[in-house]
Amino acid sequence: MRIFDPHIHMTSRTTDDYEAMAAAGVRAVVEPAFWLGQPRTNVGAFADYFDSLVGWEPYRASQFGIRHHATIALNPKEANDPRCREVLDLLPRYLAKDGVVAVGEIGYDSMTPEEDEAFAAQLALAIEFALPAMVHTPHRDKARGTTRTLDVVAESGIDPGRVVVDHLNEVTVGQVHDAGCWMGFSIYPDTKMSPPRMVEILKEHGLARMLVNSAADWGRSDPLLTRATGEAMLAAGFTADDVDRVLWRNPVEFYGQSGRLDLSDLGEVAATFEGSSIKRGGS
Amino acid sequence: MDPDDLRAALADAPGVPDPGWLDEALARVAAEPDAVGRLFPAAGRHCGRGPLPAAPGWHADEAARALLLCALPADRAATEAEAGYRYGDADEKRAVLKALPLLPIGAQAVPLLHDAIRTNDTRLVAAALGPYARHLDQPTWRQAVLKCVFMGVPLSVVDGLDERADAEVATMLGGLTEERRAAGRDTAADALALLDRLTTGGGTTAAGNTRTTEA
Repeated sequence: MRIFDPHIHMTSRTTDDYEAMAAAGVRAVVEPAFWLGQPRTNVGAFADYFDSLVGWEPYRASQFGIRHHATIALNPKEANDPRCREVLDLLPRYLAKDGVVAVGEIGYDSMTPEEDEAFAAQLALAIEFALPAMVHTPHRDKARGTTRTLDVVAESGIDPGRVVVDHLNEVTVGQVHDAGCWMGFSIYPDTKMSPPRMVEILKEHGLARMLVNSAADWGRSDPLLTRATGEAMLAAGFTADDVDRVLWRNPVEFYGQSGRLDLSDLGEVAATFEGSSIKRGGS
Repeated sequence: MDPDDLRAALADAPGVPDPGWLDEALARVAAEPDAVGRLFPAAGRHCGRGPLPAAPGWHADEAARALLLCALPADRAATEAEAGYRYGDADEKRAVLKALPLLPIGAQAVPLLHDAIRTNDTRLVAAALGPYARHLDQPTWRQAVLKCVFMGVPLSVVDGLDERADAEVATMLGGLTEERRAAGRDTAADALALLDRLTTGGGTTAAGNTRTTEA
């Protein structure tokens, strides 16, 4: 089973996780810029974080045979902090990077006017840089937040086929499906979505435009729940090709729209702990 | 390796995705230096990333990025090299480090080498030890050489290794080797060979026998 986790915050994870992920079949990840638990108080803290997402973290991943890409944005929560607003001016530098395959996570946290402004401005950047957009949906007031999210996406003029709306559940999946956006599901130990529930959603809504992620971060989460979902699919009668479509080909198709997804040299024997970028450094 | 060599090597490189891009980008940077901020990170997507047969040690993206910096007006070179490094991903940082000896900036960019040598990314440490490392003071340079041995970076990346390695490097290498031996671990053959040359005088001549042609 080859796995592409389209949303995971590896910055918050250990090398043990990388080893376990590689052993479970994870060959590629996308790490969206989000918040780190501890609020940041100046733009420099974001620059250092973005540097890590396009520098150190891909290097760390490569040592376990895992290809790492990132999405870059000012997240909704910190968009409300006036000390962090300058981050919007910093984004163009990072959206030009080879390893950046989308603008994200953007969207709503508390649905404030500041969030409205940052969301719209960053969808415009996605259009300007010809990048897909990864949109987070709020934990509170999720159904109405999702509706409002889809309205803003429609107003921006971005092709809905270049947008993933993430952290969906049984209540919110339908409207995103109908809007033509990609549907993201974060499989968590006991909150957002579980493998058995995910299987039911796939039965009902099909496999097209479906992205399954672990969204593992600094909270209670599990980077191997992508694999568990694939196994639950097989147990429920889906074929190995269905699993490959959801866990590999779908994320490749979605992020491939950036024109920057680089999965070269990631063959069947990729997990040799020798990413090409390391060899290239002469190590 | 000078800019003309790099340009010729790029022109001969197989499989360049967008052959017309570089000339246009170089002209634009010369006329409008601010444009380098977006062209510099995009270079790999347009010029490719493979090794350049005619420029050993260089990849296409590194050569294209180095040429973009060389195309800047002289008074902007140091500032833009610094910005390209500050906001660069690992490949961009590496390209800046390799471009430094080609730029009219004297020793101004030495702080970038210090930054690269502090990292734990072998690609950056290696790129910091090219010809521009002649501007590093001797204690810093020795520490960087030892760090290569420690991290498993081959000493062939160190420009002018035999000319510059001194008795103090031998003492430091001897110490590392002793610690490794005590721990039941090996020391890389190239480091042992250097130690041997330094302590026995074998092969240590002005010509050197490990001088790299990289960068």
